[in-house]
Amino acid sequence: MLADWTQQEVLTGTTIMAVEYNGGVVIGADSRTSSGTYVTNRTQDKLTPLTEYIYCCRSGSAADTQAIADHVRYYLDFSRISQGREPTVRYAAHVMQSILYNNRDNLSAAVIVAGWDEVNGGQVYCIPLGGLLVRQPMAAGGSGSTYIWGHLDAQFKPGMTDTECQEFVAKSVSLAIKRDGSSGGVCRLAVINRSGVQRRIIMHEDLPKSYDG
Amino acid sequence: MSASFYTKPANNGNAGVAMETSWDSNPGRQRTLQPITTGASVLAIKYNAGVIMVADTLGSYGSLAKFRSIPRVLRVNDATVAAASGDLADMQFLNTVVENHAIDEEIHEHGIAYSPASLHSWLTRVMYNRRSRINPLWNTYIVAGTEAGQPFLGYVNMLGVAFKEDCLATGFGSHLCLGLLREALDAAGGYAGLTEETATSALEACLRVLYYRDCRAYNQYQLANVPVAKPAQVSGPHFLQSDWSVAKLVKHYTE
Repeated sequence: MLADWTQQEVLTGTTIMAVEYNGGVVIGADSRTSSGTYVTNRTQDKLTPLTEYIYCCRSGSAADTQAIADHVRYYLDFSRISQGREPTVRYAAHVMQSILYNNRDNLSAAVIVAGWDEVNGGQVYCIPLGGLLVRQPMAAGGSGSTYIWGHLDAQFKPGMTDTECQEFVAKSVSLAIKRDGSSGGVCRLAVINRSGVQRRIIMHEDLPKSYDG
Repeated sequence: MSASFYTKPANNGNAGVAMETSWDSNPGRQRTLQPITTGASVLAIKYNAGVIMVADTLGSYGSLAKFRSIPRVLRVNDATVAAASGDLADMQFLNTVVENHAIDEEIHEHGIAYSPASLHSWLTRVMYNRRSRINPLWNTYIVAGTEAGQPFLGYVNMLGVAFKEDCLATGFGSHLCLGLLREALDAAGGYAGLTEETATSALEACLRVLYYRDCRAYNQYQLANVPVAKPAQVSGPHFLQSDWSVAKLVKHYTE
């Protein structure tokens, strides 16, 4: 007689975010994976590289998104060789969309593809459940995002610097972690620009503070 | 995974539309397909020198107004525009196929381009075919343009039901706005009596009603105008004014 949570799919409950700035993107995520109400991994890395300059933020089924990201990474690796240059963020996003859309009935996966390329600089592409592709200056996803739409609308300004973007993402993910039971742990951040990717972790005790009562 | 996202007609007899879906290889499965990110109403009306179509720019994720700048109007060529409501991922898929077809026509260099009637007809076949395989494209399309020098307006939905009319609406619009559009046509004695300005303001009034009364409507929209004598133009985003002054007259719900 197995416990309920062992029979439940492993999900990245999740809060994920990506913001464009002039010269690159900032992406962020929480680190909780849950199976029902049990936290299967409290230090999960949901920011997954697709190429040296393009990442995807994963939400939904952990298995689905990992398998698909692996596939897209392989495909883009091959494209780099056959096209003789780094894939564009737009191309990576369309490859991802193609898989998510054509298999939409069998998948539970929503991602944000974000990165930098020579052609269009920093770009963020949101691909929700169902496989729609939309480029946005700021995108958020996962169950935690529902708690912070108001905060995002109130605080987002176009034209922020990369430091302001990092603070914005950290604050937003932190607020979502506080309210969403399916999000938690640390906040992982990455900045992607012409120089590549720089990753950071904001430890749980260092998350930006807010009203707690 | 197949390396071709686009197949030319010579390679694929089905004119580029994916006929094999994940469901087809699993015929034992039941499917409940549901729309995820959706677009609301599309409205359109003929006028004396063409046809005008409007659609707001909102992509709703259930009740969440998630994507507020999604273009739902597709300019196919100088004489044809189309707009969709329903699942926006399916809309993006179909729009890509249509755009690829338009490129095909150019490649063939036979001087024939998609006319609104031919697009409407093709769309009807595709939608009906998908419905008959219990795997619908969850959309309602309105096709508008100039056909043989006359304004054209056609409707196709996810069941493959198709018809042509002087005024059309999808979704909530078909309940709240079709009556208003028909009244405008009646007052003018038919579309030949309707000017571009009157048609535009009738559509705007309808968008306003939808913004007041449809939870999934939005106050930013695109407008497509296809005059018979000139190329199609898609403009936007336009912002909808709304009048809430009646709120000042209302206090409490009882005396």
